[in-house]
Amino acid sequence: MQVITIPGSLDHQTVDELLDGVASVEEGRRALFDGRHVRWVDPNGMLALLVGGAAAVQRGGAPPRLELPESADVLGYLSRMGFFREAQGVFEFEDRTPKRGSGPSDVLLEITPVRANVDVHEVVNRVQTRSGAILASKLGYPATAVVQFSVILSEVCQNIVEHAESPGWVAAQAYNWSKRLGRWVVVISVMDLGRGFRGSLGAEHAARYGDRWSDATALEAAFLHGLTRFPDSGRGQGIQQIRRQVQRWNGAITIRSGTARIGQVPEWDDAPPLTDGLAPFPGAQISIVLPARSAGDA
Amino acid sequence: MTSELPVDPIAIDVGDLLQRTVASLYSHLVTRQTGRAVRMAIEARIHDAGDMSLSLIDLSEVTIMDFSCADEVVAKLLQGYQRPGRAEAFFVFRGVREPHRHQIEVVLERQGLAAVAETEPGRFELLGAATAEEVSSWQALEERGLLTEDEMAQGIAESRREEALDRLLRRRLAFRSPVTGRWHALSRLVSHLL
Repeated sequence: MQVITIPGSLDHQTVDELLDGVASVEEGRRALFDGRHVRWVDPNGMLALLVGGAAAVQRGGAPPRLELPESADVLGYLSRMGFFREAQGVFEFEDRTPKRGSGPSDVLLEITPVRANVDVHEVVNRVQTRSGAILASKLGYPATAVVQFSVILSEVCQNIVEHAESPGWVAAQAYNWSKRLGRWVVVISVMDLGRGFRGSLGAEHAARYGDRWSDATALEAAFLHGLTRFPDSGRGQGIQQIRRQVQRWNGAITIRSGTARIGQVPEWDDAPPLTDGLAPFPGAQISIVLPARSAGDA
Repeated sequence: MTSELPVDPIAIDVGDLLQRTVASLYSHLVTRQTGRAVRMAIEARIHDAGDMSLSLIDLSEVTIMDFSCADEVVAKLLQGYQRPGRAEAFFVFRGVREPHRHQIEVVLERQGLAAVAETEPGRFELLGAATAEEVSSWQALEERGLLTEDEMAQGIAESRREEALDRLLRRRLAFRSPVTGRWHALSRLVSHLL
Protein backbone atom coordinates (compact mmCIF):
# COMPACT_ATOMS: atom_id res chain seq x y z
CA MET A 1 0.00 0.00 0.00
CA GLN A 2 1.38 3.39 -0.99
CA VAL A 3 0.94 6.06 1.68
CA ILE A 4 -0.03 9.61 0.75
CA THR A 5 0.35 11.98 3.66
CA ILE A 6 -2.38 14.62 3.67
CA PRO A 7 -1.05 18.08 4.67
CA GLY A 8 -2.13 19.18 8.14
CA SER A 9 -3.66 22.30 6.66
CA LEU A 10 -5.40 21.24 3.46
CA ASP A 11 -6.52 24.28 1.51
CA HIS A 12 -6.00 26.10 -1.80
CA GLN A 13 -2.31 26.60 -0.98
CA THR A 14 -1.53 22.95 -0.28
CA VAL A 15 -3.77 20.93 -2.58
CA ASP A 16 -1.04 20.61 -5.23
CA GLU A 17 1.06 18.76 -2.66
CA LEU A 18 -1.76 16.23 -2.26
CA LEU A 19 -2.54 15.93 -5.98
CA ASP A 20 1.17 15.52 -6.83
CA GLY A 21 1.30 12.75 -4.22
CA VAL A 22 -1.63 10.96 -5.84
CA ALA A 23 0.02 11.27 -9.25
CA SER A 24 2.99 9.36 -7.87
CA VAL A 25 0.91 6.27 -6.95
CA GLU A 26 2.14 3.35 -8.99
CA GLU A 27 -0.31 1.73 -11.43
CA GLY A 28 -2.32 -1.04 -9.79
CA ARG A 29 -1.05 -0.24 -6.30
CA ARG A 30 -3.52 0.54 -3.55
CA ALA A 31 -3.20 3.95 -1.90
CA LEU A 32 -3.65 4.96 1.70
CA PHE A 33 -4.54 8.60 2.34
CA ASP A 34 -3.28 9.41 5.80
CA GLY A 35 -5.41 12.23 7.16
CA ARG A 36 -4.93 11.60 10.86
CA HIS A 37 -3.13 14.89 11.42
CA VAL A 38 -5.38 17.13 9.39
CA ARG A 39 -6.25 20.17 11.52
CA TRP A 40 -7.85 22.38 8.89
CA VAL A 41 -9.56 21.76 5.59
CA ASP A 42 -11.41 24.04 3.18
CA PRO A 43 -13.57 23.27 0.08
CA ASN A 44 -10.44 22.97 -2.07
CA GLY A 45 -8.98 20.45 0.34
CA MET A 46 -12.17 18.38 0.51
CA LEU A 47 -12.62 18.24 -3.24
CA ALA A 48 -8.92 17.49 -3.74
CA LEU A 49 -9.37 14.49 -1.46
CA LEU A 50 -12.35 13.29 -3.51
CA VAL A 51 -10.68 13.73 -6.92
CA GLY A 52 -7.43 12.36 -5.48
CA GLY A 53 -9.20 9.22 -4.27
CA ALA A 54 -11.10 8.84 -7.53
CA ALA A 55 -7.85 9.27 -9.52
CA ALA A 56 -6.19 6.59 -7.41
CA VAL A 57 -9.03 4.22 -8.34
CA GLN A 58 -8.59 5.18 -12.02
CA ARG A 59 -4.94 4.16 -11.80
CA GLY A 60 -6.08 0.61 -11.39
CA GLY A 61 -5.89 0.22 -7.65
CA ALA A 62 -8.56 -0.99 -5.29
CA PRO A 63 -10.59 1.78 -3.60
CA PRO A 64 -8.03 3.70 -1.52
CA ARG A 65 -8.12 3.66 2.25
CA LEU A 66 -8.72 6.97 4.05
CA GLU A 67 -7.43 7.36 7.58
CA LEU A 68 -9.79 9.89 9.11
CA PRO A 69 -8.63 13.02 10.96
CA GLU A 70 -8.22 12.61 14.69
CA SER A 71 -9.67 16.07 15.29
CA ALA A 72 -13.36 15.90 16.20
CA ASP A 73 -13.79 19.45 14.91
CA VAL A 74 -12.45 18.52 11.48
CA LEU A 75 -14.59 15.37 11.37
CA GLY A 76 -17.67 17.40 12.31
CA TYR A 77 -16.91 20.00 9.68
CA LEU A 78 -16.35 17.35 6.97
CA SER A 79 -19.69 15.87 7.93
CA ARG A 80 -21.50 19.23 7.74
CA MET A 81 -20.01 19.85 4.30
CA GLY A 82 -21.36 16.49 3.07
CA PHE A 83 -17.90 15.04 2.53
CA PHE A 84 -18.61 11.56 3.82
CA ARG A 85 -21.70 11.12 1.65
CA GLU A 86 -19.55 11.67 -1.45
CA ALA A 87 -16.51 9.85 -0.05
CA GLN A 88 -18.49 6.61 0.33
CA GLY A 89 -18.23 6.01 -3.38
CA VAL A 90 -14.52 6.76 -3.45
CA PHE A 91 -12.74 5.61 -0.26
CA GLU A 92 -12.87 2.86 2.28
CA PHE A 93 -12.88 4.43 5.74
CA GLU A 94 -13.75 3.64 9.31
CA ASP A 95 -17.39 4.09 10.30
CA ARG A 96 -16.84 6.69 13.03
CA THR A 97 -18.08 9.73 11.17
CA PRO A 98 -20.42 12.08 13.03
CA LYS A 99 -24.01 12.21 11.89
CA ARG A 100 -25.13 15.42 10.26
CA GLY A 101 -27.45 17.51 12.41
CA SER A 102 -30.96 18.26 11.30
CA GLY A 103 -30.82 21.95 12.28
CA PRO A 104 -30.23 24.83 9.89
CA SER A 105 -26.88 24.57 8.14
CA ASP A 106 -24.19 27.26 8.31
CA VAL A 107 -22.70 25.94 5.07
CA LEU A 108 -22.82 28.13 1.96
CA LEU A 109 -22.77 25.22 -0.47
CA GLU A 110 -22.21 21.63 0.63
CA ILE A 111 -20.15 19.36 -1.59
CA THR A 112 -22.43 18.81 -4.56
CA PRO A 113 -21.79 16.45 -7.46
CA VAL A 114 -21.98 18.00 -10.92
CA ARG A 115 -22.83 15.54 -13.67
CA ALA A 116 -25.45 17.27 -15.78
CA ASN A 117 -27.29 20.54 -16.39
CA VAL A 118 -29.86 19.78 -13.74
CA ASP A 119 -27.08 19.79 -11.13
CA VAL A 120 -26.05 23.30 -12.19
CA HIS A 121 -29.65 24.45 -11.69
CA GLU A 122 -29.62 22.86 -8.24
CA VAL A 123 -26.37 24.64 -7.31
CA VAL A 124 -27.73 28.03 -8.43
CA ASN A 125 -30.98 27.42 -6.57
CA ARG A 126 -29.14 26.64 -3.34
CA VAL A 127 -26.66 29.50 -3.40
CA GLN A 128 -29.25 31.99 -4.50
CA THR A 129 -31.22 31.40 -1.33
CA ARG A 130 -28.25 31.10 1.02
CA SER A 131 -25.57 33.43 -0.28
CA GLY A 132 -27.33 36.78 0.05
CA ALA A 133 -26.94 37.11 3.80
CA ILE A 134 -23.34 35.86 3.79
CA LEU A 135 -22.20 38.08 0.91
CA ALA A 136 -23.80 41.11 2.54
CA SER A 137 -22.97 40.56 6.22
CA LYS A 138 -19.56 38.86 5.97
CA LEU A 139 -18.14 40.34 2.76
CA GLY A 140 -19.97 43.68 2.62
CA TYR A 141 -21.05 43.09 -0.99
CA PRO A 142 -24.16 44.83 -2.35
CA ALA A 143 -27.46 42.94 -2.60
CA THR A 144 -27.02 42.57 -6.36
CA ALA A 145 -23.84 40.52 -5.79
CA VAL A 146 -26.00 37.42 -5.28
CA VAL A 147 -26.71 37.40 -9.00
CA GLN A 148 -23.06 37.73 -10.05
CA PHE A 149 -22.07 35.12 -7.45
CA SER A 150 -24.69 32.71 -8.82
CA VAL A 151 -23.55 33.40 -12.38
CA ILE A 152 -19.94 32.59 -11.41
CA LEU A 153 -21.04 29.27 -9.94
CA SER A 154 -23.21 28.48 -12.93
CA GLU A 155 -20.44 29.13 -15.43
CA VAL A 156 -17.75 27.36 -13.46
CA CYS A 157 -19.94 24.26 -12.99
CA GLN A 158 -20.86 24.27 -16.67
CA ASN A 159 -17.19 23.95 -17.41
CA ILE A 160 -17.52 20.40 -16.09
CA VAL A 161 -20.70 19.58 -18.00
CA GLU A 162 -19.61 21.15 -21.29
CA HIS A 163 -15.91 20.37 -21.43
CA ALA A 164 -14.80 17.75 -18.91
CA GLU A 165 -16.99 14.87 -20.12
CA SER A 166 -16.65 13.49 -16.61
CA PRO A 167 -18.42 14.19 -13.32
CA GLY A 168 -17.03 16.58 -10.76
CA TRP A 169 -17.87 18.35 -7.53
CA VAL A 170 -18.44 21.89 -6.31
CA ALA A 171 -18.42 23.36 -2.78
CA ALA A 172 -18.26 26.81 -1.18
CA GLN A 173 -17.93 28.21 2.31
CA ALA A 174 -17.23 31.49 4.11
CA TYR A 175 -14.31 31.81 6.56
CA ASN A 176 -12.85 34.47 8.76
CA TRP A 177 -9.24 34.75 7.59
CA SER A 178 -8.37 36.90 10.57
CA LYS A 179 -4.67 35.96 10.66
CA ARG A 180 -4.04 35.54 6.95
CA LEU A 181 -5.90 38.57 5.61
CA GLY A 182 -7.75 40.20 8.49
CA ARG A 183 -11.01 39.76 6.63
CA TRP A 184 -13.75 37.28 5.83
CA VAL A 185 -13.50 35.39 2.54
CA VAL A 186 -15.70 33.06 0.53
CA VAL A 187 -13.86 30.07 -0.92
CA ILE A 188 -15.31 28.29 -3.97
CA SER A 189 -13.87 25.07 -5.30
CA VAL A 190 -14.81 23.14 -8.44
CA MET A 191 -12.92 20.00 -9.45
CA ASP A 192 -13.29 17.20 -11.96
CA LEU A 193 -11.33 14.29 -13.37
CA GLY A 194 -12.22 14.87 -17.00
CA ARG A 195 -10.21 15.66 -20.09
CA GLY A 196 -8.62 18.81 -18.74
CA PHE A 197 -8.03 21.97 -20.78
CA ARG A 198 -5.35 20.45 -22.98
CA GLY A 199 -7.59 17.50 -23.85
CA SER A 200 -10.62 19.68 -24.48
CA LEU A 201 -8.82 22.18 -26.73
CA GLY A 202 -6.29 19.89 -28.40
CA ALA A 203 -8.15 18.78 -31.53
CA GLU A 204 -9.06 22.36 -32.43
CA HIS A 205 -5.99 24.35 -31.40
CA ALA A 206 -2.92 22.14 -30.79
CA ALA A 207 -1.67 22.33 -34.39
CA ARG A 208 -1.36 26.11 -34.27
CA TYR A 209 0.86 25.91 -31.20
CA GLY A 210 3.08 23.12 -32.57
CA ASP A 211 5.77 22.04 -30.12
CA ARG A 212 4.67 24.65 -27.61
CA TRP A 213 1.32 22.90 -27.03
CA SER A 214 1.14 21.82 -23.39
CA ASP A 215 -1.07 22.02 -20.32
CA ALA A 216 0.32 25.50 -19.66
CA THR A 217 -0.38 26.85 -23.16
CA ALA A 218 -3.84 25.25 -23.15
CA LEU A 219 -4.63 26.98 -19.86
CA GLU A 220 -3.32 30.30 -21.21
CA ALA A 221 -5.41 29.88 -24.36
CA ALA A 222 -8.63 29.34 -22.39
CA PHE A 223 -7.97 31.52 -19.36
CA LEU A 224 -6.36 34.52 -21.02
CA HIS A 225 -7.70 34.38 -24.58
CA GLY A 226 -11.10 32.69 -24.19
CA LEU A 227 -10.46 29.87 -26.67
CA THR A 228 -12.71 26.83 -26.59
CA ARG A 229 -13.06 23.71 -28.69
CA PHE A 230 -16.19 25.15 -30.28
CA PRO A 231 -15.87 27.28 -33.42
CA ASP A 232 -18.87 29.33 -32.21
CA SER A 233 -17.67 32.82 -31.21
CA GLY A 234 -20.33 32.96 -28.49
CA ARG A 235 -18.42 30.32 -26.54
CA GLY A 236 -15.55 30.94 -24.15
CA GLN A 237 -17.14 33.86 -22.36
CA GLY A 238 -17.72 32.02 -19.10
CA ILE A 239 -14.17 31.89 -17.81
CA GLN A 240 -13.38 35.35 -19.19
CA GLN A 241 -16.30 36.90 -17.37
CA ILE A 242 -15.58 34.97 -14.16
CA ARG A 243 -12.03 36.38 -14.25
CA ARG A 244 -13.33 39.92 -14.66
CA GLN A 245 -15.89 39.59 -11.85
CA VAL A 246 -13.34 38.04 -9.50
CA GLN A 247 -10.99 40.93 -10.31
CA ARG A 248 -13.74 43.48 -9.59
CA TRP A 249 -14.13 41.90 -6.15
CA ASN A 250 -10.33 41.88 -5.67
CA GLY A 251 -10.43 38.08 -5.48
CA ALA A 252 -8.12 35.29 -6.61
CA ILE A 253 -8.81 32.55 -9.14
CA THR A 254 -6.47 29.70 -10.05
CA ILE A 255 -6.96 26.68 -12.30
CA ARG A 256 -4.84 23.56 -12.27
CA SER A 257 -5.05 21.25 -15.24
CA GLY A 258 -2.55 18.49 -15.97
CA THR A 259 0.93 19.69 -15.07
CA ALA A 260 0.20 23.43 -14.85
CA ARG A 261 -1.68 25.92 -12.73
CA ILE A 262 -2.63 29.37 -13.97
CA GLY A 263 -3.97 32.18 -11.85
CA GLN A 264 -5.15 35.71 -11.60
CA VAL A 265 -4.10 36.80 -8.15
CA PRO A 266 -4.49 40.13 -6.35
CA GLU A 267 -1.78 41.86 -4.33
CA TRP A 268 -2.80 40.09 -1.12
CA ASP A 269 -2.02 36.65 -2.57
CA ASP A 270 1.56 35.64 -3.33
CA ALA A 271 0.70 32.75 -5.68
CA PRO A 272 2.55 32.93 -9.03
CA PRO A 273 0.48 33.65 -12.16
CA LEU A 274 1.68 30.41 -13.79
CA THR A 275 3.21 27.25 -12.38
CA ASP A 276 4.39 24.51 -14.72
CA GLY A 277 6.03 21.14 -14.14
CA LEU A 278 3.55 19.79 -11.60
CA ALA A 279 2.90 16.06 -11.55
CA PRO A 280 0.36 15.10 -14.23
CA PHE A 281 -3.13 15.00 -12.74
CA PRO A 282 -6.31 14.52 -14.76
CA GLY A 283 -9.14 17.01 -15.15
CA ALA A 284 -9.35 20.59 -13.94
CA GLN A 285 -9.27 21.98 -10.41
CA ILE A 286 -10.55 25.53 -9.94
CA SER A 287 -10.21 27.64 -6.82
CA ILE A 288 -11.80 31.06 -6.27
CA VAL A 289 -11.29 33.19 -3.14
CA LEU A 290 -13.45 36.29 -2.74
CA PRO A 291 -12.46 38.64 0.11
CA ALA A 292 -14.62 41.03 2.09
CA ARG A 293 -14.56 44.62 0.92
CA SER A 294 -12.01 46.67 2.77
CA ALA A 295 -12.05 50.37 3.55
CA GLY A 296 -9.79 51.08 0.56
CA ASP A 297 -12.05 49.36 -1.99
CA ALA A 298 -13.89 51.60 -4.43
CA MET B 1 -52.33 45.35 -36.21
CA THR B 2 -51.76 49.02 -37.12
CA SER B 3 -52.29 50.23 -40.67
CA GLU B 4 -48.54 50.66 -41.11
CA LEU B 5 -47.35 47.50 -39.36
CA PRO B 6 -48.39 44.35 -41.17
CA VAL B 7 -48.16 42.15 -38.05
CA ASP B 8 -49.57 41.91 -34.57
CA PRO B 9 -46.77 42.13 -32.00
CA ILE B 10 -46.56 39.08 -29.77
CA ALA B 11 -45.53 38.97 -26.11
CA ILE B 12 -43.35 36.07 -24.99
CA ASP B 13 -42.85 35.68 -21.24
CA VAL B 14 -39.51 33.89 -20.82
CA GLY B 15 -40.12 33.15 -17.13
CA ASP B 16 -43.36 31.41 -18.04
CA LEU B 17 -41.75 29.64 -20.99
CA LEU B 18 -38.92 28.43 -18.78
CA GLN B 19 -41.26 26.93 -16.21
CA ARG B 20 -43.73 25.44 -18.66
CA THR B 21 -41.47 23.91 -21.25
CA VAL B 22 -37.95 23.53 -19.98
CA ALA B 23 -37.32 23.14 -16.30
CA SER B 24 -40.49 23.20 -14.29
CA LEU B 25 -38.61 23.06 -11.00
CA TYR B 26 -36.27 25.97 -11.63
CA SER B 27 -36.83 29.60 -12.45
CA HIS B 28 -33.27 30.48 -13.41
CA LEU B 29 -32.04 30.96 -16.92
CA VAL B 30 -28.76 29.09 -16.49
CA THR B 31 -26.83 26.54 -18.56
CA ARG B 32 -26.44 26.53 -22.31
CA GLN B 33 -28.78 23.59 -22.70
CA THR B 34 -31.57 25.49 -20.94
CA GLY B 35 -30.89 28.62 -22.99
CA ARG B 36 -30.98 26.64 -26.21
CA ALA B 37 -34.31 25.03 -25.27
CA VAL B 38 -35.82 28.42 -24.40
CA ARG B 39 -34.54 29.94 -27.65
CA MET B 40 -36.06 27.09 -29.65
CA ALA B 41 -39.39 27.58 -27.88
CA ILE B 42 -39.28 31.29 -28.75
CA GLU B 43 -38.42 30.46 -32.37
CA ALA B 44 -41.39 28.10 -32.53
CA ARG B 45 -43.69 30.94 -31.43
CA ILE B 46 -42.17 33.25 -34.03
CA HIS B 47 -42.49 30.60 -36.72
CA ASP B 48 -46.22 30.48 -36.06
CA ALA B 49 -46.38 34.26 -36.58
CA GLY B 50 -45.44 34.00 -40.26
CA ASP B 51 -42.90 35.76 -42.49
CA MET B 52 -42.74 38.94 -40.43
CA SER B 53 -42.99 39.30 -36.68
CA LEU B 54 -42.37 41.69 -33.81
CA SER B 55 -41.83 40.02 -30.44
CA LEU B 56 -41.66 41.48 -26.96
CA ILE B 57 -39.36 39.08 -25.12
CA ASP B 58 -40.14 39.56 -21.44
CA LEU B 59 -37.34 38.73 -18.99
CA SER B 60 -39.02 40.37 -15.98
CA GLU B 61 -39.68 37.09 -14.16
CA VAL B 62 -36.19 35.67 -14.67
CA THR B 63 -34.12 35.93 -11.50
CA ILE B 64 -30.71 34.74 -12.67
CA MET B 65 -29.40 34.72 -16.24
CA ASP B 66 -25.89 33.50 -16.90
CA PHE B 67 -23.66 34.30 -19.90
CA SER B 68 -24.42 31.02 -21.65
CA CYS B 69 -28.15 31.70 -21.54
CA ALA B 70 -27.70 35.36 -22.52
CA ASP B 71 -25.75 34.12 -25.53
CA GLU B 72 -28.44 31.59 -26.50
CA VAL B 73 -31.62 33.54 -25.67
CA VAL B 74 -30.49 36.98 -26.85
CA ALA B 75 -27.43 36.85 -29.12
CA LYS B 76 -28.17 33.62 -30.98
CA LEU B 77 -31.84 34.50 -31.28
CA LEU B 78 -30.95 37.78 -33.00
CA GLN B 79 -28.19 36.22 -35.10
CA GLY B 80 -30.47 33.48 -36.35
CA TYR B 81 -32.92 35.94 -37.85
CA GLN B 82 -30.24 38.01 -39.52
CA ARG B 83 -29.26 35.11 -41.78
CA PRO B 84 -30.46 35.33 -45.37
CA GLY B 85 -33.64 33.39 -46.00
CA ARG B 86 -34.97 33.58 -42.45
CA ALA B 87 -38.26 35.27 -41.57
CA GLU B 88 -38.11 39.00 -40.88
CA ALA B 89 -38.22 39.15 -37.09
CA PHE B 90 -37.99 42.24 -34.88
CA PHE B 91 -37.38 42.05 -31.15
CA VAL B 92 -37.78 44.21 -28.06
CA PHE B 93 -36.41 42.80 -24.80
CA ARG B 94 -38.38 43.73 -21.70
CA GLY B 95 -37.27 43.62 -18.06
CA VAL B 96 -33.53 43.99 -18.74
CA ARG B 97 -32.81 45.21 -15.24
CA GLU B 98 -29.49 45.38 -13.44
CA PRO B 99 -29.20 41.62 -12.75
CA HIS B 100 -29.34 40.73 -16.48
CA ARG B 101 -28.04 43.83 -18.17
CA HIS B 102 -24.32 43.11 -17.90
CA GLN B 103 -24.61 39.56 -19.25
CA ILE B 104 -26.73 40.76 -22.19
CA GLU B 105 -24.40 43.65 -23.02
CA VAL B 106 -21.36 41.37 -22.94
CA VAL B 107 -22.79 38.79 -25.35
CA LEU B 108 -24.15 41.44 -27.73
CA GLU B 109 -20.85 43.30 -27.90
CA ARG B 110 -18.87 40.12 -28.36
CA GLN B 111 -21.00 39.17 -31.37
CA GLY B 112 -21.24 42.71 -32.79
CA LEU B 113 -24.99 42.78 -32.21
CA ALA B 114 -27.37 45.37 -30.81
CA ALA B 115 -30.86 45.11 -29.34
CA VAL B 116 -33.66 47.37 -28.15
CA ALA B 117 -34.26 46.80 -24.44
CA GLU B 118 -36.53 48.20 -21.76
CA THR B 119 -34.07 48.77 -18.92
CA GLU B 120 -36.47 50.51 -16.53
CA PRO B 121 -40.24 50.72 -16.75
CA GLY B 122 -40.95 52.91 -19.78
CA ARG B 123 -37.26 53.54 -20.56
CA PHE B 124 -35.76 51.93 -23.65
CA GLU B 125 -32.08 51.75 -24.60
CA LEU B 126 -30.04 50.47 -27.47
CA LEU B 127 -27.72 47.84 -25.95
CA GLY B 128 -24.67 46.27 -27.56
CA ALA B 129 -22.49 47.31 -30.48
CA ALA B 130 -23.63 50.38 -32.42
CA THR B 131 -21.95 53.29 -34.17
CA ALA B 132 -22.41 56.88 -33.00
CA GLU B 133 -24.65 57.55 -36.02
CA GLU B 134 -26.81 54.51 -35.31
CA VAL B 135 -27.20 55.54 -31.68
CA SER B 136 -28.11 59.16 -32.47
CA SER B 137 -30.64 58.16 -35.16
CA TRP B 138 -32.12 55.50 -32.93
CA GLN B 139 -32.38 57.92 -29.98
CA ALA B 140 -34.08 60.56 -32.11
CA LEU B 141 -36.59 57.96 -33.24
CA GLU B 142 -37.08 56.61 -29.73
CA GLU B 143 -37.79 60.08 -28.35
CA ARG B 144 -40.52 60.84 -30.87
CA GLY B 145 -41.74 57.35 -31.73
CA LEU B 146 -42.47 58.13 -35.38
CA LEU B 147 -40.34 60.04 -37.89
CA THR B 148 -40.15 60.72 -41.59
CA GLU B 149 -37.07 59.77 -43.58
CA ASP B 150 -35.87 63.39 -43.56
CA GLU B 151 -36.34 63.69 -39.83
CA MET B 152 -34.44 60.46 -39.29
CA ALA B 153 -31.50 61.74 -41.31
CA GLN B 154 -31.14 64.99 -39.38
CA GLY B 155 -27.90 65.29 -37.48
CA ILE B 156 -26.07 62.66 -39.52
CA ALA B 157 -23.36 63.79 -41.94
CA GLU B 158 -24.70 63.38 -45.46
CA SER B 159 -21.91 61.05 -46.51
CA ARG B 160 -22.80 58.57 -43.72
CA ARG B 161 -26.55 59.06 -43.68
CA GLU B 162 -27.60 56.31 -46.06
CA GLU B 163 -25.34 53.73 -44.47
CA ALA B 164 -26.41 54.55 -40.92
CA LEU B 165 -30.13 54.33 -41.66
CA ASP B 166 -29.66 51.23 -43.76
CA ARG B 167 -27.83 49.58 -40.89
CA LEU B 168 -30.63 50.37 -38.44
CA LEU B 169 -33.07 48.65 -40.78
CA ARG B 170 -30.84 45.69 -41.59
CA ARG B 171 -30.18 45.13 -37.91
CA ARG B 172 -33.93 45.39 -37.28
CA LEU B 173 -33.51 48.08 -34.63
CA ALA B 174 -36.26 50.19 -36.18
CA PHE B 175 -39.24 49.55 -38.43
CA ARG B 176 -39.94 51.40 -41.66
CA SER B 177 -43.46 51.19 -42.97
CA PRO B 178 -43.62 49.74 -46.46
CA VAL B 179 -46.85 51.76 -46.91
CA THR B 180 -45.83 55.30 -45.91
CA GLY B 181 -42.05 55.05 -45.61
CA ARG B 182 -42.25 56.45 -42.09
CA TRP B 183 -39.94 55.14 -39.36
CA HIS B 184 -41.36 53.62 -36.18
CA ALA B 185 -39.59 53.09 -32.88
CA LEU B 186 -39.99 49.43 -31.92
CA SER B 187 -40.92 50.48 -28.38
CA ARG B 188 -43.90 52.41 -29.75
CA LEU B 189 -45.11 49.38 -31.68
CA VAL B 190 -45.17 47.18 -28.58
CA SER B 191 -46.39 49.86 -26.15
CA HIS B 192 -49.85 48.29 -25.87
CA LEU B 193 -48.27 45.07 -24.62
CA LEU B 194 -46.36 46.73 -21.77
